[in-house]
Amino acid sequence: MVFFFQNMINALQWGSFYALIALGYSMVYSILMLFNFAHGDIFMVGAYIGFGVSTGLIALTATGVIALPNWLILVLTILFSMFLTSLVGMLVERIGYRPLREAPRASAAITGLMIGIILETGNLALLGARRVSFPSLIETTTYNLGGVYITNKKIMIVVVSLAIMLALDQFIRRSKWGMAIRAMAFDYLVVPLMGISINTIARMTFAIGSALAAVAGILFGMAYPVLDPYMGILFGWKAFVAAILGGRGSIMGACLAGFLLGFIEIFVAMIFPSTLRDLIAYSIIMLILTFRPHGFFGEPYSAQLRL
Amino acid sequence: MSLLQVEKMTHYFGGLKAVYNYNLQIDPGQIKGLIGPNGAGKSTIFNLITGIYKPTEGDIRLEGKSIVGYKPHQVAAMGLGRTFQNMQLWRHMTVLEHVKMARYSKLRYGLCGAFFGTAKRRREEAESDEKAHYFLNMFGVDPLADQNIFNLPYGAQRRVEMARAMATEPKVLFLDEPTAGMNPEELGRMVATIRQVHEELGLAIFLIEHRLRVVMELCESIQTLVFGEIIAEGTPEEIRSNPKVIDAYLGKDVVE
Repeated sequence: MVFFFQNMINALQWGSFYALIALGYSMVYSILMLFNFAHGDIFMVGAYIGFGVSTGLIALTATGVIALPNWLILVLTILFSMFLTSLVGMLVERIGYRPLREAPRASAAITGLMIGIILETGNLALLGARRVSFPSLIETTTYNLGGVYITNKKIMIVVVSLAIMLALDQFIRRSKWGMAIRAMAFDYLVVPLMGISINTIARMTFAIGSALAAVAGILFGMAYPVLDPYMGILFGWKAFVAAILGGRGSIMGACLAGFLLGFIEIFVAMIFPSTLRDLIAYSIIMLILTFRPHGFFGEPYSAQLRL
Repeated sequence: MSLLQVEKMTHYFGGLKAVYNYNLQIDPGQIKGLIGPNGAGKSTIFNLITGIYKPTEGDIRLEGKSIVGYKPHQVAAMGLGRTFQNMQLWRHMTVLEHVKMARYSKLRYGLCGAFFGTAKRRREEAESDEKAHYFLNMFGVDPLADQNIFNLPYGAQRRVEMARAMATEPKVLFLDEPTAGMNPEELGRMVATIRQVHEELGLAIFLIEHRLRVVMELCESIQTLVFGEIIAEGTPEEIRSNPKVIDAYLGKDVVE
């Protein structure tokens, strides 16, 4: 039982990363009908930006230019990285996807893959092949709850992720932009006639998705402090699976599916040798998709959605 | 000066001549109609004026200012509201949300408000709600405000679509077959509503219709479009007795 709870905690943490990244996939897909296959690499870029910002802030504090406590460095790192990564996301949208709005969807998918490769190799060119280690921003404290070990970092990761998901849900459900995003997901044509610029909404969606990926990157860096330029690939693909599993355009679905993926992976690894983890985990997911091809909250939709 | 003026507008889709040398003048408070057989280019004219397509040639002026080359959302903000032949409603959104969407550009609160709910946002959203209810009321669908749009009967959906177009507070309202697919009772209500909106608000309306009864009843002036060209323009009586219209559109046996 203790073993089970221990894995629950780990699965929650692992699922948080997937969920945060899946949200970006899902939002972009729902409004533009395209998968931003560069999104996993945006996660990587976010982690590296977080690395850069936090290392810089730590250096400034060490040299006595400014004196910041560690928790403030963490908060500032998250905020700055969200901002900077959202700029990267908007740039990707502007350069990579906007010219392809009317193009076949396959072109957009290929563009995504290419942007991903550019981001990976660009990083490689910039920082070299050496892995970098993410600074430990908060001291790890371990709590023992009846044999289950919980670290403060794990709690923080799960709490921050959940808080962000709730904020996003409120944003989508209640704000004017959220309303525009939902409307665009179901019919494109009439949205501009309400005086709403499609480009603004597209840009904003990319910005939000990228900011969430940046948070995921930083949280990931805190839990597994080794970053490399290709870290986003596998994570990106898995989060993509989560987005599909959640159902098109469903915020709730993407979150739940992200966590579910985390749970399946962790619990499969608990029972089977960990080398078989992905084989078994993704076979299970394929089975789920066989019975629910539109995901948990997706609905069969007609082909009338364009762009 | 007329409110909306279209001069010598021509549009090609590739090599296909969709609209040729089209002129239109709408004065404040006027209702004009556009009739023509299927495929004559009526909806294309709407799409050209509202900025969805850019005309190959010609000029479109709203209150004297050219609106050619502006994006649809800019043209909408300048004061051209429209409805669609097949409605274009948003599944999964409530009636109220549909109309609130039309108030989007009037909401000024920023990102901070969107995520955390500032006082400014609450005030603006409350105002927006109130306005939305006002327009829903105008079309008699306010009691359905919290319903999902797809739970509404067809006629009511049409009315919500009209309310949505009106909520953008247009200077000219474009209606693309507002009575398409309606039963006689719904049709009668719709005609009465259009007339009421026109009379109470003095709104200029440009109307595409298939049913001649509706156009003849509502419009002061009617254009007849055949293969992208206007073949006749005039009052309902003139149109009814114009031999070219009878020939191309009404068929020889309709008018006794």
